[in-house]
Amino acid sequence: MFPQQFNFHVAPYVKNFVDWLYLAFGPAFDAFTNSMRTLILNIDAVLLGVPWWVWIILVTLLAWRLTHNVIKTLLPGALLFTIGMFGLWPIAMETLSLVIVSVLLSLALGVPAGIAMGVSDRVNAAFTPILDAMQTMPSFVYLIPAMMLFDLGKVPAIVATFIYAVPPVQRLTNLGIRQVSASIEEAAVAFGATPWQLMREVRFPLALPSILAGVNQTTMMALSMVVICAMVGAGGLGEEVLLAVNRIDVGRGFEAGWAIVVLAIIIDRLSQGSVNKWESPRS
Amino acid sequence: MESSTYLLEVENLWKVFVEKDSTLHMEDYLSGSGDVNGQVVAVRDVSFKLKQGEVYVIMGLSGSGKSTLIRCLSRLIEPDYGQVRVKGQDVTAMGLKQLTEFRRTQAAMVFQHYGLLPHRTVLENVAFGLKLQGVKPREREKRALQVLEKVGLLKWTHHYPEHLSGGMQQRVGIARALVQDADLLLLDEPFSGLDPLIRREMQDELLRLQAELHKTMVFVTHDLKEALRLGDRMAVMKQGIFVQEGTPRDIVMNPADEYVQRFVQNERQVSLLTETAEGKNKVANLTPLVGGKKAKLAAGSRR
Repeated sequence: MFPQQFNFHVAPYVKNFVDWLYLAFGPAFDAFTNSMRTLILNIDAVLLGVPWWVWIILVTLLAWRLTHNVIKTLLPGALLFTIGMFGLWPIAMETLSLVIVSVLLSLALGVPAGIAMGVSDRVNAAFTPILDAMQTMPSFVYLIPAMMLFDLGKVPAIVATFIYAVPPVQRLTNLGIRQVSASIEEAAVAFGATPWQLMREVRFPLALPSILAGVNQTTMMALSMVVICAMVGAGGLGEEVLLAVNRIDVGRGFEAGWAIVVLAIIIDRLSQGSVNKWESPRS
Repeated sequence: MESSTYLLEVENLWKVFVEKDSTLHMEDYLSGSGDVNGQVVAVRDVSFKLKQGEVYVIMGLSGSGKSTLIRCLSRLIEPDYGQVRVKGQDVTAMGLKQLTEFRRTQAAMVFQHYGLLPHRTVLENVAFGLKLQGVKPREREKRALQVLEKVGLLKWTHHYPEHLSGGMQQRVGIARALVQDADLLLLDEPFSGLDPLIRREMQDELLRLQAELHKTMVFVTHDLKEALRLGDRMAVMKQGIFVQEGTPRDIVMNPADEYVQRFVQNERQVSLLTETAEGKNKVANLTPLVGGKKAKLAAGSRR
């Protein structure tokens, strides 16, 4: 047995800290919550405002542009059609808007942070353990404070998804920046590039394939959070899955799960297609 | 003033690479009290001067400090002691802003590994330096095309570097340096990565361009043949110091020590000597005449 006298809990301190956060910065959290909520509602409205068949045509056209392969072109549209068939279209769009906002937030913060890591060893050393913790900490654990600080519903879901999904894009941005060949950088400096020009003209564009791979990863991870997010009332396909679990409704669960997989496949193939397009030799 | 007669003056230049846990005290080296453990002297008290239009070759084996030295000239590597002056301006005393301006307009560099931007076309690569300077797109395209024509790459303007052979990529590298319109060209083993035939072709090309443009060049190489063909004057570098400096002829005829002797041994066949001497004379004779065609003829005859 572990000796009793060493018993010590940080739990009350963590709780006090979160309470203090809310008391001290309550209005700021509320403002963030409200603006996020508005953003999601607007994106949701746009996604639903565009008729379903336009989405299918758009996806098919994009797939054709990227693959020039008949089966790979027709498949995404057909899969999307099945979501509508199951009567899950509006719910899937709700999930999609959640994913879009989470990914935008991840990119807005993750890419600059990744660049900072790529440029400075110190920033790199500071961020690495934080990213490790973010990736290994079970998502339920930070879902609790997110709920306390950002209310119930979609906003805590976005915050939790951000924490879960930002590491890949940040790491891959860092990697991409670090992988830029030293001889190319040296040449740019020799021709009088300022640090800012070096980043804009050389480092960032050369890191872009790696960054795009990170965007793809981040999107996939955001999508895999939907069921967990449903537990704080984020709605969408995750809620369908939860309901099916509660009612032991195998069929309903399968349909909702299918819809999530379809979204994942389509986003993955299309975004990976764009990455490959970028990397392939240009003529 | 002295500074007006020389384009480039290097005085008592030192570069010491220091391991993490030791600190550099230049006085130790300047007083000659011997080298410190954990510190490597890459450039040791090097001085030389170049007149406008001269081609100066620095030759040495790998690790002799020649690449470090040429990088010290534009402070890609920060020298630890000494002065570099270009047109009388003290490069070593420049602030960051001045230095950037200096690199943009006064000194252009060509690298062994080309250092081209893979995501930019040949044209964009050549215009890169002008873009950094803030030259308008139309103007920089015009100037880049002029230089591309000079190096014979007009057909390849819109290709990406990866589609070009090594020799052609280095032509792009040279064009990128020429478009800067800088008087001083720094060439760090530009042809070392090319196979012998192409290397020779590129040397001829450089001689032809030089006959037309009269740049001042510092050319680093490990290849004695190359040094003899291109250099007006040359220096042999070993462990950070110039062991001998002079015209290529001097160095082949009167090697200063055993090290240089070993270097030139293989090249001392009479045939080659006459060939280089002739080649040099031809170029020397041609220089005032200019005329691309005649220069090309001369280059052809030496092949």
